Order: sequence, then structure tokens, then C-alpha cells
Amino acid sequence: MSSPDVPTRGPARSGPYVITGILLTIAIVVPLFVPAYSVDEPRWVGMPFFYWYQMMWIPITSALVGVSYWLVIKEDRRRRESVRGLTSPGEER
Amino acid sequence: MSGMALPLAAPDRPVNVVALTIVIILFVLVAVLGFVAARWRRGEETGLHSLDEWGLGGRGFGTWVTWFLLGGDLYTAYTFVAVPAAMWATGAVTGFFAVPYTIVLYPIVFLLMSRLWSVSHRHGFVTPADFIGGRYGSRSLTIAVAITGIVATMPYIALQLVGIKAVLTVLGLGSSENVLLTDLPLIIAFVVLAAYTYTSGLRAPALIAVVKDLLIYLAVIVAVIYLPIKFGGWDPIFNSAEAKLGATNPATGKPTGVFIPGAASYSAYWTLALGSALALFMYPHSITGVLATKSRNTIRKNAAVLPLYSLMLGLLALLGYAAIFAGTVPVDLNGAINPQLVVPQLFLDQFPAWFAGIALAAIAIGALVPAAIMSIAAANLFTRNIYVDLIRPDATPRQEAHVSKIASLVVKFGALVFVIAMDQSAAINMQLLGGIWILQTFPAIVAGLYTRWFHRWALFGGWAAGITYGTIAAYNVVNPVTKAHFGGSIAAIPGTDTQVYIAVTAFAINLIVAAGLSLLFHAMKLPDGKDITRNSDYGADENDPKVAQIEREHPLGESGASTF
Repeated sequence: MSSPDVPTRGPARSGPYVITGILLTIAIVVPLFVPAYSVDEPRWVGMPFFYWYQMMWIPITSALVGVSYWLVIKEDRRRRESVRGLTSPGEER
Repeated sequence: MSGMALPLAAPDRPVNVVALTIVIILFVLVAVLGFVAARWRRGEETGLHSLDEWGLGGRGFGTWVTWFLLGGDLYTAYTFVAVPAAMWATGAVTGFFAVPYTIVLYPIVFLLMSRLWSVSHRHGFVTPADFIGGRYGSRSLTIAVAITGIVATMPYIALQLVGIKAVLTVLGLGSSENVLLTDLPLIIAFVVLAAYTYTSGLRAPALIAVVKDLLIYLAVIVAVIYLPIKFGGWDPIFNSAEAKLGATNPATGKPTGVFIPGAASYSAYWTLALGSALALFMYPHSITGVLATKSRNTIRKNAAVLPLYSLMLGLLALLGYAAIFAGTVPVDLNGAINPQLVVPQLFLDQFPAWFAGIALAAIAIGALVPAAIMSIAAANLFTRNIYVDLIRPDATPRQEAHVSKIASLVVKFGALVFVIAMDQSAAINMQLLGGIWILQTFPAIVAGLYTRWFHRWALFGGWAAGITYGTIAAYNVVNPVTKAHFGGSIAAIPGTDTQVYIAVTAFAINLIVAAGLSLLFHAMKLPDGKDITRNSDYGADENDPKVAQIEREHPLGESGASTF
């Protein structure tokens, strides 16, 4: 079994984390940039732009977070396996 | 009471028997579920006699249960009542900011919460203040975070009662003459809630949340499809909202509300959204939901799927505008207009009684889930960070669970007294302050997840400065109509005209003070506390051994050695 100071994960590759950072920054900054959307036209099924544009960002954010999840999970798994070496996850328990 | 020429202005409105019956049936069903939950996924050897079991549901909730639990926890009944009410009364800035708020929330959760999960899993932390204690070794900072959490949560529980009360009022229960009779259904509902929370702990709201969320989705989806068809599309709905919000309010001489924010409201709009999003996962009940999950990445997966609730909240907010078109008149028991009754009243006016019953039950049950989780979270804070840290350091897990159960009863009783004995606006003011206060624990908790650079006393200083500024600034906001203090959560940044959410200004002051004092204290070589966490703890997953386990296997293993 592992001794107290053994790291839980191997060293990180920056790629997936940088991409994730960019995706999540977009998901935070764009919906908060009010000047871009505080207008009435164009309306969509009677809804002013201000309202439908913000609602539209809900699924977009969801997708951005979903892609981030996929990227981070893949990297996370690789880092864990690099530490465990040949030990299978089943034995680790 | 007052001589208003409205059909509903009579103080005693008729009881809607069909709707009330549906509400009662669903309420009883949920209560049974709450008690049955004690047997659900139960740890065989210990039963519910530890905080991990009673207070965190065994720390084993997977993606699905967490989705329902956090959905029920974060999107509370009060939200369902207050957001459309704000839309109905004053429009976009006070109401629709909830949409960007619950959008930017999830990237933030994705970034922060799995680290908190990992370190808490490793060390068996149950509350955010536990983490502060382990990370900074500072009792003052731990207690500051614990007290802030408890004080901010109490009015939040009280507001859940306000949500139930709105439903009961619309159903025709209660009269302006007999106060005890008015509050009796509320008291019964809360006693039942307290009983099954006591028995089943976090498992009760987790199981009930499934029923509640399905009912809410049903009610909202039907309403946003049916009402626009009935009213001739969204066009007339938005046009009537624009007309109402643009009309001049005789009391202030300004427009009644904001239909689409102008340049002057931009900063208020986005700071309200950002500040609320940063604050939400500092609330103890949110962190309880996170720590109850099974593995490090459960919360991240949920950050991608929880936005479905935001979509529903956005649609629900628009029902506030639908009520403007429909001419819904939310008259309270005393004959006055109470915007918080607008959505329950809309359902009762526009739908057959049985469907209105389902929708109203969804709101009322929606209050029970967060109220249970909040009381558990506050009770855990009391037990771990006040009772154990200060009074009984040698308490066994069994004693901890016992104290927490009792504390959860006390917390709920306190909230009940709050709502019944005090004015409803006292709870709303306190909740407003609570949001400002809880954000002041953000620097200590979140900075602590990444770095030990901040000095513990500097964080304490920043917390105190943020709380002080936030409280004074909120007090100084005067309602233009009633002249009461705590009239809102927006104020100008000192020295400028830019209107922003007070919590965000307080947060900035907090950060500046904490950083400045850290530089000073490091220069003075003021001793910093002992940190029991290590870098590897922040990436640990469910299969990594816990610290207690490592210490059993390696009794000489030195902890706290390799932190920076």
C-alpha cells in the first residue's frame, strides 16, 4: 500500500487544463457581459433578445462544462495510473 | 379589512378543497418517504450513529441522487416564489439576474468543489469550517466561518417557511383574525419535517428531492407550454410586462421596474449574478450536498447536468410576466398586495384545481428539502466546530450524531419562531445580509484550496472588514417607498456612482485587507498555524486511503510535512 507522502496523482500535462480553463472562462465571462445582450430586438417567438439570449447560454454552458469534464477526467485517469504503476485499481482498495 | 374593490380582497378567502386535498395527499406521501429513507442504503454496522451517516448520508451519493439532491437544495421553494415575484413587481434586474447567476455558478463549482471534496474525504471533514481548522490551524478563523455559516443559514430556512406560507395562504388556509389557526398547518408541516430529519438525516431530503423535482418539472413545463398558448403567445405577455414596468411609480416618480437593463444597471446586473454565484457554494447546505457525493468527480459531472434546473428557473421567472398579462392579483390575508403570492395564485387562477394542487404541492414540498438539508448543515457546523472544538474535544462519533440531531431540531424551531413571531420582512432582510456575510468566507475557504500564502490572521481581518462594510452598506440602503432600512442589496462603490451588489464590494475589501495584512504579518514573522493537509490530499479520489487509515498503517508517518 501507499506510504503517507506518496502523491495520489502523477505530474500534470498542462494541455487539458489550459483548454478547460479557456472553456470555463468563456462560460463565466460571456453571460456576464451585459452590454452585448441588453436589447429588445431581434425577438424570437415573441421573446426579447435579452431574455432568449441568456436562456440560450444555459445549454451552451452545460456543454462547455461537459467538454471540460471529459478533458479533465481523461487526464485525471492518466495521472492516477502513472502513479499506481502496475497496481490495478481493484487491488488498491 | 381595506376597502379595495377586488373580488379577492376579503380577508378570509374560500378554501380550495380539491387543490388542498392534493397538497395534503402528496405531503403525507413525502412524509412517509422521509421516514422510510432511514432504511435506504444504510450502513449495516453503525446504523445512523455517526455524522458521516446521519449528516452526509453515508458519503455515497452517486450522480443521479446528487443531481436530485443538489437540485432540490439549491433551487429552493423560496427561489420559486421570490424570483417570479420579483419579475412581476420590478422586472429584470431584481428577478432575471437569477439566470446568469445560475449559469456562471457551474463553471465555478467545476473549478473549486472537487478539490474541497478530495481534502475533506481524506481527512473526514464534515463542514467547511472543519477544512479551515485543518488547513490554517486557527480556532478563531474556524469559529468565524462556522458562525457565519450558521447565521447565514438560519434566515434561509425561515424563508423556506415563507414559501410554504405563500402556498397555504393561496389555498385559503388561515384568516387575518385567528393567528394561531393560520400558523397551525405551518407548524404541523414543520414538526413532521423535523421528525423525519431527526430520524433519517440527509437520506430523507435526498429521497424526497426526487419526488419534489419531478413534480416541479411537470408543473413548470405544463405551465410554460399551456399559458402562452392560452394567452396568444409570448408577444402579448412581454408587451404587457414592458408596459407595466415602464409605467411611472407614483410613490417614487421613477419607472416601476426594469424591462431591459439600461447602461446604468449593467454593473448591478452582472455583480448580482457573479456575487450570488460565488456565494452559493459557500453556504453550508451546498457544501453538505457536495461532501455527500461518492467520488471526486461526481460534483463535476453534476456541474454539467445541473443547468437543466437553471433552464426551469428561467422559464419560471417568465411566469412572473405571464401573471402581469393575466392580471393576477396576489392579495394577502390582510388585504395588502404581496408579490410573493403571485405564482401560487397564477396556478390557482389559470389551471384546473387538481393541477394547481400538484403545482402548489411541488412548491411546498420544495421548501421541505432545502429546509432539511440546511438544518442538517447548520447542526453539523454547531456539532463539529463549536461543540467538539470548544466543549467536548473527546466526543465519539455516536455523541456527535446525537448532538447534531438535537441541534437540527433547535435550528428548525428557531426558524419557525422567526417566521411566526417576527415580521416576514425581518427574515428577508436577514437573508439579504446572510448572502453578503457568507461571501466573506470565500477568501479563506477558496484560497485555502490552492495556497497557504494568506496568513490566518490576515484572513480573519479580511473577513471582519468585509462583514463590517457589508452590514453598514446594507443598512444604509433605504427603501424609497417605505423608508425602511435594508431596502435592497445594491449600493454605489464608495467614492463612485457605480451601483453594484454590496456583497461584491465587501468581498473586494475583504481580499485587499487579507492580502495587505498577509504581507505585513509575513514581514513581522507572526507565527502561522499548523497545516495538517498535504498537496496530495487535494487530488485524492474515493479509492485513495483516508488519513485515519494511513495513520493506522503507518503510525510514525509524519503529517503536514510537505506543504508549501
